[in-house]
Amino acid sequence: MELCSFLTLDSFITDPLTHDFMRKALLMSSLVAAVCGFLSCYLTLKGWALMGDAVSHSVMPGVVVAYALGLPFSLGAFIFGVGSVALIGFIKQKSRVKEDTVIGLVFTGFFALGIVLVSKIRSNIDLHSILFGSPLGISLSDVKQTIFISLLVVILLSIFRKDLMLYCFDPRHAKTVGINVFFLHYLLLTCLSLAAVVGLQSVGIILVVAMLITPGATAYLLTDKFDNMTVISVLSAIISSLIGIYVSFWFDLETGGSIVLAQTFIFLFAFLFAPRYGIFKLKKLFAGYK
Amino acid sequence: METINYQNFRIEAENICVDYNGKVALYDANLRLQAGQICGLVGMNGAGKTTFFNALTGFVNISKGKIRINGESVRSAQKDQTIAYVPQNEGIDSQFPISVWDVVMMGRYGSMNIFRCPRESDVQAVKDAIERVDLTDHLSTPIGNLSGGQRKRTFLARAIAQRASILLLDEPFSGVDIRTEKLISELFIQFKNEGKTILLSTHDMIHVREFCDLVLLINKTVVAYGETSEVFTPENITTTFGGISPDFLFGPES
Repeated sequence: MELCSFLTLDSFITDPLTHDFMRKALLMSSLVAAVCGFLSCYLTLKGWALMGDAVSHSVMPGVVVAYALGLPFSLGAFIFGVGSVALIGFIKQKSRVKEDTVIGLVFTGFFALGIVLVSKIRSNIDLHSILFGSPLGISLSDVKQTIFISLLVVILLSIFRKDLMLYCFDPRHAKTVGINVFFLHYLLLTCLSLAAVVGLQSVGIILVVAMLITPGATAYLLTDKFDNMTVISVLSAIISSLIGIYVSFWFDLETGGSIVLAQTFIFLFAFLFAPRYGIFKLKKLFAGYK
Repeated sequence: METINYQNFRIEAENICVDYNGKVALYDANLRLQAGQICGLVGMNGAGKTTFFNALTGFVNISKGKIRINGESVRSAQKDQTIAYVPQNEGIDSQFPISVWDVVMMGRYGSMNIFRCPRESDVQAVKDAIERVDLTDHLSTPIGNLSGGQRKRTFLARAIAQRASILLLDEPFSGVDIRTEKLISELFIQFKNEGKTILLSTHDMIHVREFCDLVLLINKTVVAYGETSEVFTPENITTTFGGISPDFLFGPES
């Protein structure tokens, strides 16, 4: 890309849109960002950041096996994602090893299995694109699958929005009033596995955990209302994706990394300047001038 | 064996045992409570108070014994919104981005449709409950901005909004201001008159004497159970607290 070709802001934005792969990448990444951003709120509030890390890495062998068997990779990812969580629970219960250690060893084991499987079942799986994402090279079938899974997750999260909030906030009350906590637990895990699968496409398996954590954490610093948190989280995720893709297009940078870096910068901005919870509370600064 | 008419009892726990992965937290515990009774649950930390609550709400499964709530299973009690649980302040993430109104509305979730859309009656129940705990000025305040006492009242309001006939309160008086303590005391008298059954855990011996008709002393199992005046003796309390002299707990006068 020639740097001198974007003299105006207008061409900076519109030029990439002339490419079909860029339009597709922008659309897909925004969609994935919205899904991960939505889910991110629940993970942040539930204290499941490590779980997000674990599941997103553990889906790897599932994706590879599904590819090899010609099954939809969401199915493989789902089985291994939920399987890893079940295994974590089992080992934790049956041994004296602490939970964070168990999580760490299970997901790295799954991840390693995935890498070994890829090297064995070479065929048409590109390890690099699984690890680091390839939003600029999304195929049509991937587009369809991403849209389908994203919509499914968004619909599920929307229907059980309030129940999930209650589950994160006070599971004991949920149980006491007859809400199926077991179902909500696995619903959240299912959505997490599915989000990891679609996120894998745009930022890759290593960085998808950032998509699942950072937007929620950013929004958490900016508001005290759950509904606002959801909106801010989704918006910041989408904006980061757009920024990341444009920047990677013009400066020839790795796309997944650029998207996550954009999210990190937005988080840092919130961390420093959030009205109530930032280091330099903006509200207080302005109040000083009155 | 005599047959018991379960309908007479709001809570009927018979020889219940709870263990967490083989570690016994509570064994052979019995409790019978009727409408309009207030019972204090007294024991050390780790004596099984929270476990007892968890068993009654169905949050943990009992490995042995039987629990009947209004003569029915715990599961149908959940469905019927029979039991309300008021957690201790420490058991709640106070930084959760949620307002007083939304917390109290959660008391109505069990009787709403799947989308949890509040009906006119739900809104009214929430309004009334918030009024009863005197938090009308804090409807949209995030719970993180409340004092310990206000937060406690928020969760009491949630229990009121639920319109449960049995209230389980975990340390209702810990970390609250005088005003809240007074309000909770008044509410207890009202609840009693409304025929609600209350089981509360507390560390404060004075509150037990003041409010509780019955007292249940536990240390992994029931040490003593009965009328407060009969059961709440220095000997029993010493046993409950693993040999610590009640002088230490009551002050030298008692």
